[in-house]
Amino acid sequence: MGFQVSQDGDVTLVEVEGQLIVGNRQELKQRVLEQLEGGDRKFVVDFANTGYIDSSGLGVLVSLSKKIRERGGELRLSSLNEDLKTLFELTKLDTLFRITDTKGEALDGF
Amino acid sequence: MDHDLVLELPSDISSIEHAVEYVMSRCETCERTETRLRLNFRVGLTEALSNAVLYGNGRDPAKKVKVEVTLEQGRLQARVTDQGMGFDPTSIPDPTAPENLLESGGRGLFLMRQLLDEVSYNDRGNEVTLVLRIDDGTMGLRGGAQA
Repeated sequence: MGFQVSQDGDVTLVEVEGQLIVGNRQELKQRVLEQLEGGDRKFVVDFANTGYIDSSGLGVLVSLSKKIRERGGELRLSSLNEDLKTLFELTKLDTLFRITDTKGEALDGF
Repeated sequence: MDHDLVLELPSDISSIEHAVEYVMSRCETCERTETRLRLNFRVGLTEALSNAVLYGNGRDPAKKVKVEVTLEQGRLQARVTDQGMGFDPTSIPDPTAPENLLESGGRGLFLMRQLLDEVSYNDRGNEVTLVLRIDDGTMGLRGGAQA
C-alpha cells in the first residue's frame, strides 16, 4: 500500500497502490501538497491498482481538489473500478471531478 | 442472539483495516464476488469502525471498540460499539447537497445508509447496527467467537 509519484511533462501523476483509507490519507495529502507548494498545478490521481477508497479517502480528494483549484490548477482522477465508481456516484463526487477511464486519457487532455 | 464473531479493537486507525480484513476473511459469504458483499458490507463496516475510533472514542488509547458480527436467517449483521459519549445521527447533513459537496467530511454515515439495508443507532448514539440482507442460505461465518 502506497503512492507512486511521477512527472509526465507538467502533470504530476500519483498512482495509488492498494487502498486510500483513513490510515494513509494524510500521506497522500502531504505528498500532493508538497508538489503544489513546489509549483505544480496539474494533477492526476490514478486508481488502476486501487481496491478500495473509504469516506476519509474521498474527503482528502475533495480537500486536495479545493486547494489545487484555489491555486488555479486541476485534479483529475482516472481508472476507477466499478466499486469505486459506485462510491463516487453515490456521493455525487463524480460531478466534482473530471474522471477518465485511463491515466493516458487524463494526461492527454491536460 | 448468539454472536458468531466478536472482536475488541484499540482506538487506533491502523486497527481498522486489520479488523475489516479479519471479518471478511472469516465470512465465507463476503469472499464471494457479489458487489453487495464485497463492496456494501465492507464499506459499511469500515465506516462504522472509523466513526467509532475517530469520533466516538476520539482515538483515546484507553477506550476500545467492540465489533459483533452475526449471520442469522439471511441477515448479516455487524454491531459496532464505542466508549464515547455518543452522537445524534440525525444531526449529520446530506453530503450530496450542493452546499456540502465540497466538505471534506460527513460521508461515512451517508455511505452506510446507502449501502446497507438497515442502519440503526442506540439511544445514546455510541452503538450502530448494520444489516445486509442475504437470500442465499448456503453461506456462513467460519469458526466461533473470537476475542
